[in-house]
Amino acid sequence: MPTQTKAHPWMALSAPGVIDDMLAAIGVSEIADLFEQIPQDHFRKTPIKMPPALTSEMELRRDLVTRLKRNGDCESNLSFLGAGVWQHHVPAVVDEIVGRTEFATNVWGSYQSDHGRNQAWFEFSSQLGALLNLDVVQLPVYSWGCAIGHAVRMATRMTGRTKVLMPRLSDPERLSVIRTYCQPTEMDGSIDVVMVAADPKTGRLDLADLASKLGDDVAAIYFENPAYLGTIETEAAQIAKLARAAGAETIVGVDPVSLGVMMAPGDYGADIVTGPVQPLGVHMQCGGGAGGFIASRDEERYVRTYNGFLVSIADTARDGEFGFGLACPHQNSYGMREDGNDWTGNSTYLWAIAGAVYMSLLGPDGFAELGRLIVSRARYAARMIDALPNVSVQWPDRHFKEFVVNFDATGRSVYDINDALRAQGIFGGKDISGEESNLGQCALYCVTEIHTAADIRRLTDTLKEILA
Amino acid sequence: MSRLPEFHAAKWDEPVVMELGRPGGRGQIFPAPEDEVAQDVGDDLIPSSMMRKDRPVLPEITEFEAQRHYLHLSQMTLGMMGVSLFGTCTMKYNSKTSEYATLRPELAEVHPYQHPDTLQGVLSIIHDFDHILRSLSGMDQFIFQAGGGADAAYTMAIVARAYWADRGLLDQRTEMVTSIQAHPCNPATAAAAGFKVVNLPLEENGYPSLDALKAAVSDKTALIMINNPDDMGIYNPEIKEWVRVAKEAGALCFYDHANFNGVMGKLSARELGFDACMFMLHKTFGAPKAGGGPAVGAFGCSDELAQYVPCPVVTKAGARYILDEDRPKSAGKVREFWGNVPQVVKAYAWARGMGADGINLASDISVVANNYMDKRLSEIPGIAISNPDITANRMEMSRWSFAPLCEETGIGTVDVANRMADYGIDPFWMSHEPWIVAEPFTPEAGELWSKEDIDLWIDVIAKIADEARTDPEMVKSAPHNQPVAQVNGDVFEDPGKWAMTWRAYLRKVASAKANGS
Repeated sequence: MPTQTKAHPWMALSAPGVIDDMLAAIGVSEIADLFEQIPQDHFRKTPIKMPPALTSEMELRRDLVTRLKRNGDCESNLSFLGAGVWQHHVPAVVDEIVGRTEFATNVWGSYQSDHGRNQAWFEFSSQLGALLNLDVVQLPVYSWGCAIGHAVRMATRMTGRTKVLMPRLSDPERLSVIRTYCQPTEMDGSIDVVMVAADPKTGRLDLADLASKLGDDVAAIYFENPAYLGTIETEAAQIAKLARAAGAETIVGVDPVSLGVMMAPGDYGADIVTGPVQPLGVHMQCGGGAGGFIASRDEERYVRTYNGFLVSIADTARDGEFGFGLACPHQNSYGMREDGNDWTGNSTYLWAIAGAVYMSLLGPDGFAELGRLIVSRARYAARMIDALPNVSVQWPDRHFKEFVVNFDATGRSVYDINDALRAQGIFGGKDISGEESNLGQCALYCVTEIHTAADIRRLTDTLKEILA
Repeated sequence: MSRLPEFHAAKWDEPVVMELGRPGGRGQIFPAPEDEVAQDVGDDLIPSSMMRKDRPVLPEITEFEAQRHYLHLSQMTLGMMGVSLFGTCTMKYNSKTSEYATLRPELAEVHPYQHPDTLQGVLSIIHDFDHILRSLSGMDQFIFQAGGGADAAYTMAIVARAYWADRGLLDQRTEMVTSIQAHPCNPATAAAAGFKVVNLPLEENGYPSLDALKAAVSDKTALIMINNPDDMGIYNPEIKEWVRVAKEAGALCFYDHANFNGVMGKLSARELGFDACMFMLHKTFGAPKAGGGPAVGAFGCSDELAQYVPCPVVTKAGARYILDEDRPKSAGKVREFWGNVPQVVKAYAWARGMGADGINLASDISVVANNYMDKRLSEIPGIAISNPDITANRMEMSRWSFAPLCEETGIGTVDVANRMADYGIDPFWMSHEPWIVAEPFTPEAGELWSKEDIDLWIDVIAKIADEARTDPEMVKSAPHNQPVAQVNGDVFEDPGKWAMTWRAYLRKVASAKANGS
């Protein structure tokens, strides 16, 4: 037994003498006797090399805080980064609730002992369903990209077809995840990912190209609304109609905070809807706030193809009382191993609780106000930036919270400009100049409710200086 | 026997949030755009074809009502506020100092696309933790992109794809070999990645035979995925030979270290010959489980496989930490960004708080505690350990069965789990599928719980076994002291009754009424 001079605060049995009592109860004289199953030549030969222990909370805290303080963050800087994780206001009540130890530490009890958590999960699905106008919402998977990947695989299971159409102007980060879920072609069940062109004038899907690629081998068309580069897909209903005529599923990706002002995807023909949960009250956390939802109509053929946890309300043994549990629990990998739908496991369920609290705080009027505020400030920012000499906004005026800024005419690279902005405490938009969209020296700017008019003027004044 | 607590869970009769509030109620208000903004952009904000016309049916409540409602729900969640000896999940204390540190804006309000110059603090933590895991496993590189243990298994599957594709053999190496006792995520992720799964059955000694493995592996085998010890607490002493046999056939060997707690500090996956392994930071390394994530499956591998891992990889160049995206042979991403970073920070904090000696001591303790439990559980009539012929001491968890009690009284493992909560004790884990042992339960004490906690837990099991004989109906209809009575499970497979949202529920209730039922 290693020398331990003091009992460790995280281990009750490290107090002096307790282990000896337990060994006596077991009937062995040494701890080593308990490892008798492991052959001697399996034990490690090299000692563990680790920095010295920080067993006192104060030393540990100091190490963590000292290190974290070397980060620059989006509170002490003015950030315009988005593209998959976005800076939104997180209500304090959300932080309190997700920090509750019962929610932070629970695992899996009975439906009764988990009642409160399961109800919060159901309320996440119920409120998101109200925003989407859809009846089935699964608990979130790891991320939006993973949600799209699973949704595409659902569509292939439903249709027996193995091709999916995606917009050429897709987020490369999400697309990389989707390709992982679909390919490579040598593998059983490989799904062909075919890109649909964008209309260069609008950034929206080229419907003629879409129509030419839709056939009886297409399982699904996927598009986003708002799209990766911020544009709004005004022909969404037409896209869904084309897909339906070809027997393909329409999978849509939406930003849930847009749904106070943008039409619910359930109302324009979406069959399966995906999106990020992070905007619903989850901090960015270096991307650790990611999570992705999947939703659909309440038809058995959809419900039976989900991969994860579907929480249903149910009656209980007591009259007039309700409880919650998992619907269709045997179709996932816990129930059926390799024969289940894809796989599931620990996911991002705490963010379902964050989302439930967030949506209940906002209500219908909050979402409408938030949506109007975001679009207004984003558009204001786009106009102010567009008015700068040699700087232009691609596809102005029709976006939600993100838009593309083109710096080609400045003769400067986005990389340089962002370096100069950072020196002034501003994080410029994501550099997309190296991406397959091939739009030139462009950055994707994100403006949300947290950006005031003064913040936006600070950005444009600084850009003006830098580019002068 | 300890005195059992007279427990009663909070019962708030809390309505579904959709039923709360009043028209016009507000819990959060946003300011109007500034005049200069409003004048500049006007009212035509969204194209009319995409404008929302209906009002979403959401609750309209005050900030306090939202807070109170969700506090009530948290109070109606036992969490691990009782005693949770939940096997396979390794329940630990989740230090509040880590929780508070990760809530600081220097982590919570950090964007993954920030310039690396502004990320040096968090990257230093990820880098140093990578090196701690390297030391614990002998591997050469860890990445943290996988959002859970299953996702790390999936990472292994796609790394194997890239490895075989690089050798032009992906159309030949199509099979993954595992044990029927492996966690379901291993076969499921391999299948989702396109591999054919070969499951090896268990022999009487508790693990698949070496001969079965030899018969299963061939030049079609891409990889094997195996845990050790398994969920029965049985260690496969032939594991080195397994790795040798699999490698002789050219296959990659993946060590699912879900059950690391009993062997941490004792074994090194690399020394045993494995090419890759994974650790669950939300289990073994003290980050919270949060009811199912955010979690991290830390994936570690040899230098040879490191060229195929998902990007970015945190590396160090001189004194500077960088996010390396330049791996042309990378298998692709399993999730956006670089992982559930706060959980990595919490796991780093756990490892630093424990130190090498603490980690070693924790594995000692978890094996002592489990064998103590085995000893006491074996004295309770009506319950039986799996593989009773194996007399060797088990590792950090054991698989037990209520089959004898069920035969005698009709009370099975689900009934006991439901009843446990009435004593304020968290229901146990039963078993992953398939249930090789009838009426299973799988306790695991880990290093957190005191002897008094463990004794109480066992006393509750003994008490319920007793109740099964004296008042089986009471146990069968349990729980009696919980927020709700037994939930009606028939609903969950009935398309006419299941309701995953409030709107679906209202629709189905209305339709049932219209049909007169």
